[in-house]
Amino acid sequence: MSVTIYVPRDAVALGLGANRVARAIFAGAERRGLDVEIIRTGSRGLLWLEPMVEVATPEGRIAYGPVTPGDVEALLNAGLAEGGAHALRLGKPEDIPYLARQHRLTFQRCGVVDPVSVVDYREHGGYRGLEAALKLDAEGIVAAVRESGLRGRGGAGFPAGIKWNTVMLAKSEQKYVVCNADEGDSGTFADRMMMEGDPFNLIEGMTIAGIATGATRGYIYLRSEYPQAFETLKEAIANGVKAGVLGANVLGSSKAFHLEVRLGAGAYICGEETSLLESLEGKRGIVRAKPPIPALKGFLGQPTLVNNVMTFTAVPYILEHGAKAYADYGMGRSLGTLAIQLAGNIKRGGLIEYAFGITLREIIEDFGGGTASGRPVRAVQVGGPLGAYFPDHLLDTPLDYEAMAAKKGLVGHGGIVVFDDTVDMAKQARFAFEFCAVESCGKCTPCRIGATRGVETMDKVIAGIRPAENLAVVADLCEVMTDGSLCAMGGLTPMPVMSAITHFPEDFQRRGPMSVAAE
Amino acid sequence: MQREPWSEARATAIIAEHVHLEGATLPILHALRENFGYVDEGAVPLIADALNVSRAEIHGCITFYHDFRRAPGGRHHVKLCRAEACQAMGSDALHAEILAGWGIDWHETTADGRVTVDPVYCLGLCANGPGALVDEMPVARLTRDGLQAALTEVSR
Repeated sequence: MSVTIYVPRDAVALGLGANRVARAIFAGAERRGLDVEIIRTGSRGLLWLEPMVEVATPEGRIAYGPVTPGDVEALLNAGLAEGGAHALRLGKPEDIPYLARQHRLTFQRCGVVDPVSVVDYREHGGYRGLEAALKLDAEGIVAAVRESGLRGRGGAGFPAGIKWNTVMLAKSEQKYVVCNADEGDSGTFADRMMMEGDPFNLIEGMTIAGIATGATRGYIYLRSEYPQAFETLKEAIANGVKAGVLGANVLGSSKAFHLEVRLGAGAYICGEETSLLESLEGKRGIVRAKPPIPALKGFLGQPTLVNNVMTFTAVPYILEHGAKAYADYGMGRSLGTLAIQLAGNIKRGGLIEYAFGITLREIIEDFGGGTASGRPVRAVQVGGPLGAYFPDHLLDTPLDYEAMAAKKGLVGHGGIVVFDDTVDMAKQARFAFEFCAVESCGKCTPCRIGATRGVETMDKVIAGIRPAENLAVVADLCEVMTDGSLCAMGGLTPMPVMSAITHFPEDFQRRGPMSVAAE
Repeated sequence: MQREPWSEARATAIIAEHVHLEGATLPILHALRENFGYVDEGAVPLIADALNVSRAEIHGCITFYHDFRRAPGGRHHVKLCRAEACQAMGSDALHAEILAGWGIDWHETTADGRVTVDPVYCLGLCANGPGALVDEMPVARLTRDGLQAALTEVSR
């Protein structure tokens, strides 16, 4: 009888030797005359356990991890194929507390299914959202999205239903749906995991969006730093066209939706939606002034719905289970679940999908188990390179758009990067300016010039040259950038800088000379 | 990775394959980069003609994006993540060691032409840092030995 073994092909698992593990299982099984089928899945998001291998048994799947190629022989000898006992045996993956405690709505299939199989996707509940949507009219679909309370998961948190409604009402021969998959924030990998592990969830969400807004063409703008996601998406789209879930006649509805994936070229600013559209049109990724908003004049001047991967992938669940089922999660005006990404210096990093309202401390301590180095947590950056650095006394802040804003921070794309007590916050503040200087599109002066002046001024502070006066210059500069920049790149760079200065003032005094990072 | 030497005829053919796309510039530049390992100056007028835009627009586009090299690089391309999550795991010191070991700086190629190294800001390996991409193969929990092993693997 054939045994099915699941080995992830997620980039993290590959980076930790998953291909060599798969080859070793195949070779070892062959030598033993075992009939083994290896299915390459995405990751469940328990990233400290990768590569996490699972085997199908009559009692359900049994997981082992972290598995190195050198462990495979011993695992096969211990009866891996039957779920046998071994030091690396983790039991049923869904019973592992890290996973069992989560609210997996959007990520329910990630790490479970064969990512490029339409059949597997449908067997695990896929396309029920689209089927439900096809029974509604456009207004009905948009109403469901609006009533779910879903807000744009890219970082800005704009109500998705309002955006969808604007595009739906816009009159045009050709409208577009564009997925912002330019996940450039450090500490974020939810989009990557979804595209590598359950791309049909994204495809389904975008198809629903297309049908709701009357857009027959869609693009996924993917960052080039994700070569595995690119291959998986291309394969999934091709299989989707063959299976009739994409193309001229989606699920036999006589409605069309054509989808293509496009590669960015290493520019962080292209995660800003107007810059992304310029890039998609084949131009430099220069930010556009708004208005006009992309919902009315977007790609090639046509009405365009631009949403993040996590926004689109929340939609199939909402349509299948109803707006209320989704809105029952969360708090205040932040409804539903957030894909939290726990990263940096952390013992148990990974993907934690949880209702809004969980505190940073619960995430870092209960899920994460503290730092990887074993040293105390000193600073936590939330929401990417433009997010604030929080000290210990702010870690009881709940993850909620308004609560984070009240502490001068942001949820962003849900990335949490943990630093231990060896971190030099003056260096981190300098890096925030340096990153902005490298990645600024150059259109507006506060960002283009401000970032470079910021690096220079921080260098003076770090060198101990009149620190008080120079920090006053930094504060002034940050005010100009916040108030005068065209987009969030220049507008939010002051957030990591000022939070570092405010919460960790001791790192900005008593400085000696330091080496300056190259770039 | 095996690369073809620059050829105007081949470039013209590659451009023609993509010219029908909406917003064809980036797909064309990526295809040229993949085929030749870089975007040759000679491609600029060819793309401009095919898309009916000015050479300046194509030049501007090539120089805006980090991905498009304008000269051939090494046989292998290493991207080391310099972003915050990797910094929290000591990437700065590791990168300094790696670069010193090769005797080069960012964006440079080793003397034997084997490796070009570029900084990158996030590869999405943030819970298992430091991260790197060797050609297109991800490397998590990067060490100097791990990088050498990855280079050996992609050389096979």
